[in-house]
Amino acid sequence: MSLDAAASWVAVLAFFAVILKPVGRYMGRVFTGQRTLLDPVFSPLERRLWRWAGIDPQASMTAVQYGTALLATNALWAVFAYLALRAQSHLPFNPQHFPGLTPPLAFNTAVSFVTNTNWQAYAGENTLSYFSQFGVLGFLQWVSPAVGLAALAAFLRALAGRSLGNYFVDLTRAITRLLLPAAVVLAVVLAALGVPETLAAYVHLHPLSGGSTWLPRGPIASWEAIEHLGTNGGGFTAANSANPLENPSPLTNLLEIAAMGLFPVASFYAFGYVTGRPRAAWTLIAVAAAFYLAMLALAYFPEVAGNPVLNRLGLHGTANWVGKELRFGIGGSALFQASSLAFTTGSVNAAPDSMVPLSTLSLFLGLLLNMVFGGDGVGLLNFLMFVILTVFLLGLMVGRTPEFLGKKIETREVSLTALAFLVHPLLILGATALAVSLPAVHDTLNRGPQGLTEILYGFASTAANNGSAMGGLEAGAPFYLWATGVVMLIGRYVSILLLLLVGESLLAKKAVPESPGTMHTDTPLFGGALFGAILVLNALTFLPVMALGPVAETYLLGAHRLF
Amino acid sequence: MGDRVSMRGPNWIELVGESFKKLNPLAMVRNPVMFVVEIGTAVVVWLTVRAHHAQSRQYDLWVSVILFFTILFANFAEAYAEARGRAQADFLRRTKSSTQAKLLRPDGTYTVVESHQLTRGARVLVEMGDLIPGDGVVVEGVGSVDESAITGESAPVVKAVEDSVTGGTRLLSDRLVVEITVNPGETFLDRMIALVEGAQRQKTPNEVALSALLGVLTLIFVLVVVTLVPIARYFGPRSTELATMVALLVCLIPTTIGALLSAIGIAGMNRVALINVVAKSGRAVEAAGDIDTIILDKTGTITIGNRMATEFLPVSGVSEAELAEAALIASLADTTPEGRSVVELALKVLRRERPPEVAGEPVPFSAHTRLSGIDLKDGRSLRKGAVSAILAIAPDHREEMERLAEAVAREGGTPLGVEADGHTLGVIRLKDIVKPGLRERFAQLRAMGIRTVMATGDNRITAEVIAREAGVDDFIAEAKPEDKIILIRQEQAGGKLVAMTGDGTNDAPALAQADVGLAMNSGTMAAKEAGNMIDLESNPTKLLDVVMVGKQLLITRGALTTFSIANDVAKYFAIIPAMFATVPTLRGLRHLNVMHLSTPHGAVLSALIFNALIIPALIPFAIRGVQYRAEPADRMLARNILHWGVLGVIIPFIGIWAIDRALGWLGLG
Repeated sequence: MSLDAAASWVAVLAFFAVILKPVGRYMGRVFTGQRTLLDPVFSPLERRLWRWAGIDPQASMTAVQYGTALLATNALWAVFAYLALRAQSHLPFNPQHFPGLTPPLAFNTAVSFVTNTNWQAYAGENTLSYFSQFGVLGFLQWVSPAVGLAALAAFLRALAGRSLGNYFVDLTRAITRLLLPAAVVLAVVLAALGVPETLAAYVHLHPLSGGSTWLPRGPIASWEAIEHLGTNGGGFTAANSANPLENPSPLTNLLEIAAMGLFPVASFYAFGYVTGRPRAAWTLIAVAAAFYLAMLALAYFPEVAGNPVLNRLGLHGTANWVGKELRFGIGGSALFQASSLAFTTGSVNAAPDSMVPLSTLSLFLGLLLNMVFGGDGVGLLNFLMFVILTVFLLGLMVGRTPEFLGKKIETREVSLTALAFLVHPLLILGATALAVSLPAVHDTLNRGPQGLTEILYGFASTAANNGSAMGGLEAGAPFYLWATGVVMLIGRYVSILLLLLVGESLLAKKAVPESPGTMHTDTPLFGGALFGAILVLNALTFLPVMALGPVAETYLLGAHRLF
Repeated sequence: MGDRVSMRGPNWIELVGESFKKLNPLAMVRNPVMFVVEIGTAVVVWLTVRAHHAQSRQYDLWVSVILFFTILFANFAEAYAEARGRAQADFLRRTKSSTQAKLLRPDGTYTVVESHQLTRGARVLVEMGDLIPGDGVVVEGVGSVDESAITGESAPVVKAVEDSVTGGTRLLSDRLVVEITVNPGETFLDRMIALVEGAQRQKTPNEVALSALLGVLTLIFVLVVVTLVPIARYFGPRSTELATMVALLVCLIPTTIGALLSAIGIAGMNRVALINVVAKSGRAVEAAGDIDTIILDKTGTITIGNRMATEFLPVSGVSEAELAEAALIASLADTTPEGRSVVELALKVLRRERPPEVAGEPVPFSAHTRLSGIDLKDGRSLRKGAVSAILAIAPDHREEMERLAEAVAREGGTPLGVEADGHTLGVIRLKDIVKPGLRERFAQLRAMGIRTVMATGDNRITAEVIAREAGVDDFIAEAKPEDKIILIRQEQAGGKLVAMTGDGTNDAPALAQADVGLAMNSGTMAAKEAGNMIDLESNPTKLLDVVMVGKQLLITRGALTTFSIANDVAKYFAIIPAMFATVPTLRGLRHLNVMHLSTPHGAVLSALIFNALIIPALIPFAIRGVQYRAEPADRMLARNILHWGVLGVIIPFIGIWAIDRALGWLGLG
């Protein structure tokens, strides 16, 4: 392992270790409506907003009300985004005079940003106006992570035996107390480190090599800040964080990684703060961290080992440099990719399609588990879904009705949670099966396992609301625009809604006091069992397709066949 | 009790017939996991018939045969559990069949009717030697009843007015008039029979929850396999064999637990019946596993019914032997258990074999004098009784007597004064004796996180001493019946589940309030109606066994589910390399064949055979319940994860490998 790769791992892990407690505590305070430093600034504004909208911030919602409010606001934003993207040519701030988007592309893009996926079937710099980028997609980059954080806040409060709370309050506080302050700081720092922040038109360049070209620019620093803090991942330009204007240096690279992990990682500590069970939180942190480390290793070492076919030819150094930026190196690229997939951000600083098949398994691990800290709010929600399933399976083995945080897990909770677990494989496997069955789609795929990997990756990425893509997939084809759109919608909302119902159902139960007869969920034993259970449950679901995709390709590569 | 079941070994032919009968898809729908296997079998049978090549027909045929056996094994497990229950039920049924009842008319004459025609409120005459025709209450007469058919206890029990009697027991002496209290089909025996036979078995809450999870898991695996067909065809139209896909599906879905789930439930109820407890519902048995607090009466439950003399405390100037001698003679005529215990202790202290022969006039105990004793022919008079009563007739050593009495009371005993001819001799210490073995059981319960609370009418001091001696966690002294309800409500308000035992009518409200109320069969009708379980042997400590059975039921389900899911890992490593062996692009997957299974078809068949054989192999665990120790939850979890989770991953690797070798030797690989 190279020294700078090791140093960057240490830097990132140390950062998360340091922020975990203070930021987690702060998130917990925000989730439970306690006073924060920013209250003097925002509270008066918020009070006026509640009065104007006729919302009683103290009134708690039921799960159905919370879910309805969540769906209604998201639907409203999606329709607004769709119409604005369609009518782009009639709207202001369009210095490049881009036309309106086609219906499938507008649908796909609107859904993609509302669901915090930021799957981009377009190249931002030559498709979207400033208004579309900032007025539409920029707005969605703020609200979509806030929706995830709000859902998490409601669920955590339910687990802690408090009320489910008010969606609008949660949504607003997630933006004003969490995303906004962090984004302001990060944008300033990024701008200072050389990321452009301007509303001027693109620059027309006449390079020394002759001819002329456009250099796209814009308020990229603020875009990057919320793109990563909000685990959004949609790049300002198609090249995303590989573009030097979005991610100029190894330092900004680390900053962006830190930014995307900030809230997902800290929310695990917030779980312990809100429920008053810090030890339980540490257990979950340890399990997620173990998966994260596994992803880092799996993304890095196969890349360093490189492509055996090219290595045999002795063409260049052993590492796989294809599709990577020299300024980040293998270490910086692998670290960014693995983190972006773990935190389901989906921004990329290298081409996932060009990684050796073994290291794409690292990316798949993030997409399929969808809980390696995961996206803002939803990552922990997904994790807790696995925790509840594991508690039920293992809990029976101590001879009591299984309990989680003092609440009995019974038929209703098990059924709802199991259904939430079903959604992810249903979307990925179902959509992939459909795609390969359609002759028109089949013909556009790359040959061999690589083609299958690309299509699996596309649907796993959209189902997990990650948004990164393998370049080989024709994401702009109408089938994919519609199919990934539907997958993103179901993948985002069904599990959130089911888990809100689980939370409400647990909230209604009487707490069972702890005794030596209680299975503890805050022990290394449970952590180990949880790690094993998550691994086995997911392996059983996804092993066949992984065998047909990346695993088969790894063996073929070993046999010197390329695709 | 064990001989009840073993007296008729299972009829294997009948069981196999039963297993075939259960193949009926309409019945199978109730078990979604096995229903999927049945559909899969039908598909492969159809493939076998339609196959074009002899070789593929042979393979399809093998797959369908193994699948068919998988279902049969599952059916057999259920049939076996039911048969065991039925054997027990038959025994019970025999005790209640062919009884003739003497139905009393208002004028005092009777007509003979069949016992199953009796309805609630009917009065029947039972004479010496008759079987009591139904559950009821004695309204007239006293008689001794042989209840061994129900309790296994051979000593006859005396039944008088207001005592309850159970149908099927035999009156040994005298005559009774019994008022029948239940309608036909509702007797305790009927309930027990229904429960052990599993005929009207309703799924318990945890079983429903587990079934839901198994249903969703099955759905996921159906999804995995169904989507795998088109996804694999991406590598060419011939890259999947349908029979192998069905085999994969059956291997993945949790057939092990799906096949055994119902047997586990039936066997659990059967284990309750085996310890002679009638549970009115399976729900109550399962709730017993969740119990946090157990409330037990002191007298008769924690202590042997009566106080026993444990020590002689003479006043100064009197030897222990003198006191013992006086107490012995004073108690000779006392036939109460307390009196007899004084005699026993005195003989021990005096190292004598038998009590002396004395002539005199016994003075019986009366509530008024609070004394008993004897006036001997030689003129001596000996008395024992309440210390204050003794002091009233023999005032010497007053201070010392009071000091001794106080010391005894402080340590939880009851002091009994002894005097001879107007001189006090000393004090006998009477003490409650904790039943042997209870302390260890309470310690086990504590290890499992169950709190025991003792309820007693004694004062605080006495209660505290017994509580400490018995090792209960808490006690309520000077308890009135309503105190129990208050305690139960308090515990329940804190989210705890409470179990208690009771026999009196005044226990009934508390029995009804408790989550698990174990009524004594010797108790009143009201208590039996209020509880959700009845102990036929009327042994209150039985509650502890019921808790164990409840826990074991849950552990068995959890363990076999974990095992079932853990098994799947090895099956993937057998089937995935095998199923794509013919696709050139995917030949690299042969590296996943870590078990080095010889041929692709052999690998699939080996996995499938393992999957089928593990069902009968685990039937003993399902019937007897998995091994279980009283220990804290986390230690139990660690052990069960190791036994069922970790070994659950490893065992099938070895098993599938061994079956593949065996197939190779047989030339079937």
